[in-house]
Amino acid sequence: MNAIDLFITFFKIGAFTLGGGYAMLPLIEREVVDKREWIKKEEFLDLVAVAQASPGPIAINTAVFVGYKLMGIKGVIFSCLGSVLPSFIVIVLIAAVFTGIKNSPVIEKIFLGIRPVVAGMIFASVFRLGKSARINKISIIFVLLVAIAIWIFKITPIYIILLSIIVGVLRYLKRSNNI
Amino acid sequence: MILKLFFTFFKIGMFSFGGGYAMLPLIQLNVVNQNNWLSHKEFIDIVAISQVTPGPIAINCATYVGYKLAGISGALFSTLGVSMPSIIIMIILTKLVLKVNKAKFFESIFSNLRPTVIGLILAAAILIFNESVFDTRTFFIFILAFVVSLKYKIDPIILTIIGGILGYIIF
Repeated sequence: MNAIDLFITFFKIGAFTLGGGYAMLPLIEREVVDKREWIKKEEFLDLVAVAQASPGPIAINTAVFVGYKLMGIKGVIFSCLGSVLPSFIVIVLIAAVFTGIKNSPVIEKIFLGIRPVVAGMIFASVFRLGKSARINKISIIFVLLVAIAIWIFKITPIYIILLSIIVGVLRYLKRSNNI
Repeated sequence: MILKLFFTFFKIGMFSFGGGYAMLPLIQLNVVNQNNWLSHKEFIDIVAISQVTPGPIAINCATYVGYKLAGISGALFSTLGVSMPSIIIMIILTKLVLKVNKAKFFESIFSNLRPTVIGLILAAAILIFNESVFDTRTFFIFILAFVVSLKYKIDPIILTIIGGILGYIIF
C-alpha cells in the first residue's frame, strides 16, 4: 500500500462517477472495501453516515476518510487529488471548447432540448428522495416551506441549512437526555 | 479576481450539504444572481454537462466558472475553494469517528437535514423549470424526462443525450 495506489484507486472512482451523488456508492464500496480491503464493511456504513453529515460531495468525503485512515494527511492529499483530477481535466477541456461554440445554432438547439430534461430529472429526484426518506405530512410542509423560502422570498440557503443543523443537534441532545 | 473566486466557492463548499442537486440554489445565488459570472442558461447548461461528465456538480461548476473568468489558475483556485471546506471538516469528523464511534450523532443530524435537502432540490427544480420550459415543445420534453426518470431507472446520461437529439430535431 502506498500513496500512488491511493491516488490511482480514487482517480478511477473519480473518472467513473458520472453524474455524482449516491450513484457512486456501489463503485466506492467495491474498490475500497471488497477489492482493496482498506476499510471494513461496518466502517463503510459509518463513513456514509458521516459523509452525508459533512458538507461537500460524497466522492471527496470518502477520499478524505480512506486517505486519512490509511496514511494521515499525506493520504488525504493523494486520495483527494486522485478523485478531483478526472473531472477537473474534463471540465477544463469542455470550458475551453464550449465557450467558443455555445452560440452556434446547432449547439443552441441541442441545449434547448437538454434543459427541460434537466428540469424533469431534478423534479423526479425530488419525488424519489421523498419516497425513500418516508416523508410524512409534517415534513412535506417543511419541504415546501424551504422551497418557497428560496424560490419566492430568495432567502439564502445557508440560513436554512444552519437552522436545520441547530434543530438537529438540539433534538439529539434532548433525546440523549431522556435516555 | 482569483481570491474572490476562491472565497465564493469556499463558501459554497462549506454549505453544500446533501450533495448534488441540493447545492444548486446556493451556487445559482452566488454565481448567477450576485456576481453575474454566468447567465441563467449557461448555469443550466453546466448542470446538464455535469450529468454526462465525471465528478460532482459543485466541483464541475467551480472548475467551469473559474476557467471562464480567469483561465487555468481560476479553475484551480475555484476547485480548491469548493473542496477545501469538505476536506477540512471531513478530516475532523474522521478523527472523531476513528476515535470514538460518533456515527449515530451525525446520522441523527442528517436525518433532520433530509427534508431541508429535498426542499433545496425542489427549489432548484423550480428555478431550472422556469428557465428552460417556455412552450409546448419544451414542456413535452420536460414531462417525458420527468415520467421516464421516475418510472424507469434510466441513466441520466442517456436521458440527456435523448434530450439533445430531440432538441436538434424539433427546434
